[in-house]
Amino acid sequence: MRDVAIVGVGMIKFGRYPEKTVPELAAQAALLALKDAGMDMKSVELMASGNLYQSNAMVGQRILQIIGQTGIPIINVSNACATGSTAFREAYFAVASGAYDVAMAIGSEQMGKMGLLGGGGMGGDPAYSTEGVLGSGLMPAVFGMAGVEHMRKYGTTQEQFAKVSVKNDKHSMHNPYSQYQTEVGLEDVLNARVVSWPNTLYMCCPTGDGAAAAIVCSMEKARQFTTKPIKVAASILTSDPWTQRDLTMPDINTLTRNAAKLAYEKAGLGPQDLDLVELHDCFATAEILHYENLGICGEGEAGRMVDEGATSIGGKIPVNASGGLLSKGHPLGATGVANVCEVVWHLRGEAGGRQVEGAKVGLAHVIGLGSACTIQVLEKV
Amino acid sequence: MAEAPTAQKTQKPIVPFLRLPENPSEQPYLAGTRCKTCGAVYLGARMACSKCFATEGLDEIKLSDKGELHVFSIVHQSAPGVPTPYVAAIVDLPEGVSVRCNIAGVEPDPKNLKFGMPVQMVTEAIRTDREGNDVIAFSFRPA
Ligand SMILES: [Zn+2]
Repeated sequence: MRDVAIVGVGMIKFGRYPEKTVPELAAQAALLALKDAGMDMKSVELMASGNLYQSNAMVGQRILQIIGQTGIPIINVSNACATGSTAFREAYFAVASGAYDVAMAIGSEQMGKMGLLGGGGMGGDPAYSTEGVLGSGLMPAVFGMAGVEHMRKYGTTQEQFAKVSVKNDKHSMHNPYSQYQTEVGLEDVLNARVVSWPNTLYMCCPTGDGAAAAIVCSMEKARQFTTKPIKVAASILTSDPWTQRDLTMPDINTLTRNAAKLAYEKAGLGPQDLDLVELHDCFATAEILHYENLGICGEGEAGRMVDEGATSIGGKIPVNASGGLLSKGHPLGATGVANVCEVVWHLRGEAGGRQVEGAKVGLAHVIGLGSACTIQVLEKV
Repeated sequence: MAEAPTAQKTQKPIVPFLRLPENPSEQPYLAGTRCKTCGAVYLGARMACSKCFATEGLDEIKLSDKGELHVFSIVHQSAPGVPTPYVAAIVDLPEGVSVRCNIAGVEPDPKNLKFGMPVQMVTEAIRTDREGNDVIAFSFRPA
């Protein structure tokens, strides 16, 4: 395996674009990434396209039908919320393996107002639907219970979870790509209506539309395209291993811990070397769990970490400087590529008002329930 | 469950691992699988053990109807048609397997739920299916 660099990134502001098609959203992001890398489609040798809701509809090919039909191999990827990040990993491996020199990953999604509460039916007679009868398999309850498990183990409070939303909303004020840029106070978060306790409305990520793209290239050719190549120090994907409750209560902790261990080994560094983290805060409860899962604090210390502001911009290890999924938004297939864009901008010193000063190493983490976990460790060269 | 070739209406479980014995003196129960090789326990039937990969020695066991509350969430917003609020929970059974369920018999408020509290399984008919059969579901309530 050879070294791989990111030479171009681009994304559109997450939001709602009912008048656009998915390939149109994705094409905008792709053109931004191409422009950023100073190349055109002729240079791209392989494309991986991540999209969830249209996973049977050849989204990748439809993107190239808009921006340039070069006949290259296209891999359409679907992997729950880790769809975009898995597409990125496909592009990474295409280049790392030596088979291709330049590859593009695109993540896109148009969720409309369908949201994470839609669907759920497995077909058949609705009299046998288990939702709300045998507990809940929907995301708000799953991540509510995951947070409650942390409360049980360490005495973490609803207020500490709520502080995550306050922090990420504050960060989003400086991110022009964020779906929401609204500062909220702790009382506002706690007094908002409860979706699935302990998470209130402001502690749940919004639904929305969006697209992001990243272009990777062999390190040796990277300087043809950019003066600021960003090295992909690790690109890890794991699935859920057997643990005692996993089949009943998805074990997102072991899933992430396994990925983190592999990522740090591959990158040859540890959590103490990270300057920023973009992690999968689909719900405020999730962010707290992942501080410990990624090893940026010790066991049971995550609540205190957010109390002390250690994960705010300017703190010891800023987390979700972009505003996170909670504010920036979570158009499923786009999320994992957008996280890569954000970390790249910080490492290049191009993150504007939310810049983490002097950032040299960043980590982007995504989980998809069911379950998949990706971690990309990116490093300034 | 073997079907008699008649149009007679009957009771059917909401999930296959809820067993409804035909003898009315026997209580409904949850069926599990225990792996003889490694001891892992699963809800329902298994083709192989996902812990140790054994494909033989996967014996059906009758799971206890008593367990302990592991964690919960109070669901206030759900899919269309699902009544809220309610308590969604994970209950640990003594055999070493967990069940996703509702906690019935308490007001859906965090202060009524204690980690580790003993709970007992109950069953009831909740709906009628397209063929007119009663659909039987289970829940747990404080013991
Ligand atoms: Zn086994």
